[in-house]
Amino acid sequence: MIPFQYTRANDVADAIKQIATDPSAKFIAGGTNLIDLIKYDVEAPSRLIDISHLPLRSVEPTSAGGVLIGAMVPNTDLAYHPLIEGRYPLLARAILSGASQQLRNMASTGGNLLQRTRCFYYYDTATPCNKREPGSGCSAIDGVNRINAILGTSEACIATHPSDMCVALAALEATVHVTGPAGARTIAFADFHRLPGNTPQRDTNLEPDEIITAIELPPKGFSENYSYLKIRDRLSYAFALVSVAAALELDGDTIKEARLALGGVAHKPWRSTAAEAALLGQRTDATAFAKAADWLLHGAKGYGHNDFKIGLARRAIIRTLGQAARGKPQSISDKKIR
Amino acid sequence: MTHSGTVSRAGRIASVPEKISITLRVNDKAVKLQVAPWTTLLDALRDHLDLTGTKKGCDHGQCGACTVLVDGRRINSCLTLAVMKEGAEIITIEGLARDGVLHPLQQAFIDQDAFQCGYCTSGQICSGVGLIAEGKARTPNEIRELMSGNICRCGAYPNIVAAILQAMERS
Amino acid sequence: MASYIGSATSRVDGRAKVTGEAKYAGEFNVPGLVHGYVVESTIPKGRIARIDTSAALEVAGVIDVLTHRNRPQMPDKDDAYKDEVAPEKGSPYRPLYDDRILFTGQPVALVLAEDWEAARVAASMVKVEYQKEPHVTDLHAERSRAFAIDAPEKPRGDAEKAFASAAVRHAAEYFIPTEHHNPMELFASTAIWEDGRLTVYDKTQGVQNVQKYLCSVFKMKPDEVRVMSPYMGGGFGAGLRPQYQVVLAVLGARALKRPVRVMLTRAQMYALGYRPASIERLALGASSGGTLESMQHETIAVTSQFEEFARNDTGWGNLLYKSPNAKFEHKLVKLDLPTSCDMRAPGAATGVYALECAMDELAIALDADPVQLRLQCYSERHQGEDIPYTSKQLRECYQQGAAEFGWDKRNPQPRSMREGSELVGWGMASGVWEALQMPTTVRIVLTANGHAEVATAASDIGTGTYTIMAQVAADMLGLPIDNISVKLGDSTLPQCPLEGGSWIASSVCNAIANTARGVRGDLLKLAIGMKDSPLAGAGVDDVALIDGKIVSRRDATRAVSIASAMQSGNADRITREEVNKVADDKSHARNVHSAIFAEVKVDEQLGVIRVTRVVNAVAAGRILNPKTAHSQVMGGVVWGIGMALHEETLFDHRFGRVMNANIAEYHMPVNADVHDIKVIFVDEPDEIVNPLGIKGLGEIGIVGVAAAIANAVYHATGKRVRDLPITLDKVIQFN
Repeated sequence: MIPFQYTRANDVADAIKQIATDPSAKFIAGGTNLIDLIKYDVEAPSRLIDISHLPLRSVEPTSAGGVLIGAMVPNTDLAYHPLIEGRYPLLARAILSGASQQLRNMASTGGNLLQRTRCFYYYDTATPCNKREPGSGCSAIDGVNRINAILGTSEACIATHPSDMCVALAALEATVHVTGPAGARTIAFADFHRLPGNTPQRDTNLEPDEIITAIELPPKGFSENYSYLKIRDRLSYAFALVSVAAALELDGDTIKEARLALGGVAHKPWRSTAAEAALLGQRTDATAFAKAADWLLHGAKGYGHNDFKIGLARRAIIRTLGQAARGKPQSISDKKIR
Repeated sequence: MTHSGTVSRAGRIASVPEKISITLRVNDKAVKLQVAPWTTLLDALRDHLDLTGTKKGCDHGQCGACTVLVDGRRINSCLTLAVMKEGAEIITIEGLARDGVLHPLQQAFIDQDAFQCGYCTSGQICSGVGLIAEGKARTPNEIRELMSGNICRCGAYPNIVAAILQAMERS
Repeated sequence: MASYIGSATSRVDGRAKVTGEAKYAGEFNVPGLVHGYVVESTIPKGRIARIDTSAALEVAGVIDVLTHRNRPQMPDKDDAYKDEVAPEKGSPYRPLYDDRILFTGQPVALVLAEDWEAARVAASMVKVEYQKEPHVTDLHAERSRAFAIDAPEKPRGDAEKAFASAAVRHAAEYFIPTEHHNPMELFASTAIWEDGRLTVYDKTQGVQNVQKYLCSVFKMKPDEVRVMSPYMGGGFGAGLRPQYQVVLAVLGARALKRPVRVMLTRAQMYALGYRPASIERLALGASSGGTLESMQHETIAVTSQFEEFARNDTGWGNLLYKSPNAKFEHKLVKLDLPTSCDMRAPGAATGVYALECAMDELAIALDADPVQLRLQCYSERHQGEDIPYTSKQLRECYQQGAAEFGWDKRNPQPRSMREGSELVGWGMASGVWEALQMPTTVRIVLTANGHAEVATAASDIGTGTYTIMAQVAADMLGLPIDNISVKLGDSTLPQCPLEGGSWIASSVCNAIANTARGVRGDLLKLAIGMKDSPLAGAGVDDVALIDGKIVSRRDATRAVSIASAMQSGNADRITREEVNKVADDKSHARNVHSAIFAEVKVDEQLGVIRVTRVVNAVAAGRILNPKTAHSQVMGGVVWGIGMALHEETLFDHRFGRVMNANIAEYHMPVNADVHDIKVIFVDEPDEIVNPLGIKGLGEIGIVGVAAAIANAVYHATGKRVRDLPITLDKVIQFN
């Protein structure tokens, strides 16, 4: 572990000012991933700027009919917030599917977006990894890659984004509010995370001197027909092999609107407009769901150990859409898959 | 063939930052200590304050042995920097019993034989106290799920669930 | 007074553990403590070309960095490093000895600093360059280099010929990957150096083993080294041999003449011992009526390049089943890894897994009920030695386990039972382990105020040794349990074997009874010396100690209170320390048995497996404490669930590295993975195995569990998965 300085930011402006003066500094909020990585010598910031005390802890309805979530809202508070439980239960369930209650109590909403991959090689400083050391090579492609990506991969990187919450945020088409030296801007969720390409060291389109201040949810929460299904190697406290967020708006048994996002399969929550479009106007049956799954998994490619994820994801998509259509979302605590 | 196994980016750091003086409120007492910026709350408790009841099982948020209550909420103290918790109300396993009387969950752990080696026990109990305060778990399945952040290698899980149910009934 | 033996007594160390007062090896914050942090090798094989510690030494608070070049002197002969359980063949690993790299994760430097934070920072500034050499870490790839070691069981008849001519045959290979113990406590040692004497708090299952080892490695006299381990946060075999951090802590303490603590990280613990990956080939031949004609079991397991570790994987069939023809073979493959070691039920967890899956497959081939087949093949005698058992209530285990589970409602057809989207599977297996006893010395000090201290250098690794020692001593001395204090985990206490092999309960408790008999004799002598003693003429075995009195067994009205006997003899204390020898009696087989029934529910489309019910019926002689015994077997079942579904150490053989050296990705069961576990103790009086009829429970809980689950998965899905762990992608062909 490399030593670092510690300072506190008093407000957002102060945070931006501090990071501008020290490009090798990093913000710390919940710390659940950053401290972990610092201890493994994967991250080595010169300074941690503590933003955990910033007044970004409210969850409020917006005038547009949506909800604005402060970046410092702990994951647990968000999951159990009446506005989220009631109007965006997909988000609540996705959050509660991830990590443990202790970690969710610590982790911030903004920080959740900035989690780094769990790729074994990213974590092991004794092996090459383009994300950790650009240009050193990707060990996972021919290595132990059970947990790695099948979609949107590049020759440089097959890492996945580990968040559950982000899969729901992608499906709900959230907006990320950020502030930097040039002022505030918003980033559509689909544009927030990046594919690895030739620059896998960059996970997101957030600039290094910017800070996430809030996440905005649009009015539509799909609170009637939704489900989040997470498949993993043990029944709790494990990262997803594949997870599916499905949200439907139905007219009888006809699909009026559909949202579908995958976790555990790509460098970002995986969506496809074609897959969602394929569901429009369709009856809620397995044939339609299978077609959507095929669209969503179009171009999927396995790397050996993770080949099974393609078929697993296909079946999981169909299943989750079925749960959403029936209004029987997957339970968090009852592990029988509905 | 020579393989360079340099573990670090050594040489980049000219000097190690000064220690920071902080005050923590631990088990209803204010304590002053000098910590490095990277001293975790876990290390501060165990090494600086000799409160070794809080355990280190992985140091990476993967086992829950280090669980303590901060402002009433259960967290992993291994992923928390001590400097960030200045002014917070910290309760560790040593602070649960009052005047020598065990907390109902501590007693329930003994009654239900909810541990063997005892190393995950402090974390399990603090986590269980946090869980009861949250009020989100009522059924055994809900307890199982919300206690899954605490690994017990001895495999006492069914007894841990029984102990939490016992304490919930009595509180 | 009710007997404590057999009663569900709460742990006597419970309060210490639920309040955080119990101190473990890395928690003794002595004044002036120096913190050590290990720098480990990043390559599996080669030599250290260069170590640059200059940057590390500049970190404020760093006192020194020890490497093979500047460490205090160490012996150059293998014998000095052989501990009690070191494999017979080989050269034990010597920490920080020279420039040779034998495995990834080997310690190459020890940073010593005033605080842990400084040590950790400095450790990442130590620069090491290596001369790499080609390495091998893959059992499958190196299989052709396997060499046979002496098979534990002799062959009988002509197993190959009998197999070839058998009416029904089953032959298959099973695979168990490398597994790591992962006790919750990190390995740690605190070495305190004072005036040429060394006190070490160590995470170990054998304080006296470590004490002897340290005396040998550091050329110290026995009275100069004291090793203590009052509590141990789980061992499971990982703490049987002294681990390298204890050597490093002592090296540091010697070099600095200050107390030193070395605590490993979780990742570093993956360079300690492990359950060796093993390929198990079973070939069973049966008559059409369902009796075994031939049994063959071959194991190929992993060891290091420098030691030959092997346990009995293949002999268990001889204990469970009759077969006129049998053949067993054990082979090893040497890899560039640390030496493999004992892990809960070593040999049996793996060997019986394969055997009991093979029996299930044979039952299917025979169209027989799995329980029925086992009963038909039931052995009343140890097949290899042709001797009877001291006791064997395995039939009762099958019967009571099946009844509790509801086995008679099972439809034998695979995929025949379902609940909605889930296929339901019921599987069963047998378990077997040894019931051994080791020579043990126990000291009892009885004081005139009616308190007793009972002491031996045992370890309580969570097994409940403190509690059963107090129970047995209370019964044997006729005192309330609260008047008993137990001392263990200290090498200066009377001799005690390592805490392993399930022999501690029988060894220690019979030794307590033996010493208590001496105490009773002393008390009787005092009582007989009293005027008009009602016990005049009585011998030591004519009396018992009950409720604070020496009482005639024939006439309970003839009694003398312990207090008055001691008073009249002017004895303020009675001290007895006696060795309890164990006769080398080979006339009987000594074993503990079990029958495991498991229910799984498998999502038909997604392959997600839930273990919803397990019944483990155990015949293990006398149960000293049903409460702690239940926990121990239940814990074994949880281990079995992990072995069946989760646990696997993943290697990247290109780098010779463990890729999931953590407990986020090395999956062990969490609370949500564990549901209804029912433990049954079958009544099994045994007057032969040892005077108290104790057999031990540490291992039996896990044996057979993975097989019962694997068999249940087959019954649910029709898919036979032979290589563990059974992950969803092995159950379902997804693409």
